[in-house]
Amino acid sequence: MLKVDNVTKVYKVGTFGGRTMTAVDAVSFDVRPGEVVSLIGESGSGKSTLGKMILGLVPITSGSITVDGVAVRPGKEYYRSVQGVFQDPFSCYNPVFKADRVFRLIKESYYPSVPDAEWDERVRSAIRDVRLNPDEVLGKFPHQLSGGQLQRLLIARALLLDLKLLIADEITSMLDASTRIDVLNLLAELKGRGLGVLYVTHDLSLGHYLAERTVVLRRGTVVEMGVTAKVFDDPLHPYTRQLLSAVPRLHAPWEEATPVTTCLYHERGATGGLLEADPGHFVACAQLSDC
Amino acid sequence: MSLRVNDLRVHYRTLRGEVKALDGVSFGMADGEILGLAGESGCGKTTLGKSLIRMDGRMRHAGGTVELDGRELPVGDDRAMVAFRFHEVSLIPQYSMSAMNPTRRIGRMVGELLRSRGVTLDVKELESRLDLVGLPRDVLGRYPIELSGGMKQRMVMVISTLLDPSLLIADEITSALDVSTQQAVAKALLGFRESGYVKSMIFITHDLALTSHIADTIMVMYAGRLAEKAPSDRLTKAPRHPYTRLLINSLPEIGVRHQDRKLTGIPGSPPSLLDPPKGCRFRDRCPMAGEECAEDPPPVEIEPNHFVACWKA
Repeated sequence: MLKVDNVTKVYKVGTFGGRTMTAVDAVSFDVRPGEVVSLIGESGSGKSTLGKMILGLVPITSGSITVDGVAVRPGKEYYRSVQGVFQDPFSCYNPVFKADRVFRLIKESYYPSVPDAEWDERVRSAIRDVRLNPDEVLGKFPHQLSGGQLQRLLIARALLLDLKLLIADEITSMLDASTRIDVLNLLAELKGRGLGVLYVTHDLSLGHYLAERTVVLRRGTVVEMGVTAKVFDDPLHPYTRQLLSAVPRLHAPWEEATPVTTCLYHERGATGGLLEADPGHFVACAQLSDC
Repeated sequence: MSLRVNDLRVHYRTLRGEVKALDGVSFGMADGEILGLAGESGCGKTTLGKSLIRMDGRMRHAGGTVELDGRELPVGDDRAMVAFRFHEVSLIPQYSMSAMNPTRRIGRMVGELLRSRGVTLDVKELESRLDLVGLPRDVLGRYPIELSGGMKQRMVMVISTLLDPSLLIADEITSALDVSTQQAVAKALLGFRESGYVKSMIFITHDLALTSHIADTIMVMYAGRLAEKAPSDRLTKAPRHPYTRLLINSLPEIGVRHQDRKLTGIPGSPPSLLDPPKGCRFRDRCPMAGEECAEDPPPVEIEPNHFVACWKA
């Protein structure tokens, strides 16, 4: 459904835009309907830039992004099927309006012909879909609701549209451990509706919990991607191993990453793009000293 | 005993009344102990950290005493605290990214800071501390803007401990960092204790997994009170308070997948501390709550160094 093909983003930086910085460098991956793909990377890896490009908030320098074969075209029709939810739920609402006003704005711009009574019923069922009680959240101001409730309302808002793809950019990083898992479970349930979710995160354990496939980014390029179980249980790239070894675990001490001794990419004589080491498991050059 | 907190009460003044953010917290810390402080947002963990070093204008010391190395810490008296601040108690703030003066090179800023405290800068000592946290020595000639987030965090750690405080409070210092930087920062904290730069440490975080790696003891707080305090190993392996159990259950770990084992959050939200309910504060969200929970559960030492405030534990 979502196809990111050889996408590059170059930002102009410096006082007069004289220097350039490549934030995303020839990245390709796809998201199928009913699938959660997690995009994992540290700060500066270009994961949020990719999310913004898919949402049409940032123009693409080269390459192509298509959703069901149609290129990204910011506008009402595009946003009817592709929506984003971001990190900070508190700043997504106007503090002087009641929080459920976001639902009325959707009706005004996308479904003006739907009768009020029917719309109310749709709103209430969308709120129930995100495991909230409509009577508890409707008619409240943002400060009267918790971060988890606000984040779930934003997902409910996206569900009111004819949504095919949801870009979830670090949506749980501002939530408490006790509510974070509810929002994640909700995303996992959305898969059942045939929705594709791109889950952007820096937290490996959350990505592992949720996603069918994982894409690991480093400085704008994909170093490893594939089925989540393969990437986490048998990481091939030294960077992935290093990331995994740094994750704190509850009952085990930190361990040194197992070093990569041979670069599979060169050993098997791959050129251009990624090497398919196993079916559905891709890896980039390990960049060892003899590569 | 390094730190002894007795029935500490700190309230926030608001237009609608006093928010009882800390409502009778008592605990002790041994020399050289690292205490991890965990809990949901709004449980009072940051308030506790702040009250040990500086209460801001909205906070009021409503009762209780704090003793550090056998001397009483005048937490309620801003003036009297000056003698202790940074010399005896120091803080690595949550906002390290913006804690340094952007108009000075770091070396010069550190020199000025030390001079304001009547200490001369020992460059050798400073450089050995930079080595400990893994920063290149030439950062002293750079401006804060030239450092990455993780580097700034480590630089602020070095600055906060220059006067060798007895107690260091680290408030959510790793939550904005990537896993690999997080690991480096956590190891640097352990290095500080080994080198004797600080004696004991309070590590405030919401990440239980990370806390269990560096803390000797973990204290879980709920709604301004102590819920459970135990050695790290014990608390993560055999938690007794239902809140701690639910908190650990909601923790996704590598190896857990949604399709195999569905984790659950804790339903509901903590009570308002403007007018906290009588009895156990976790009662409304607790799956085990019963009749006796209408009474306040006192913290009981069920085993050596394992305190639980729950009737059902």
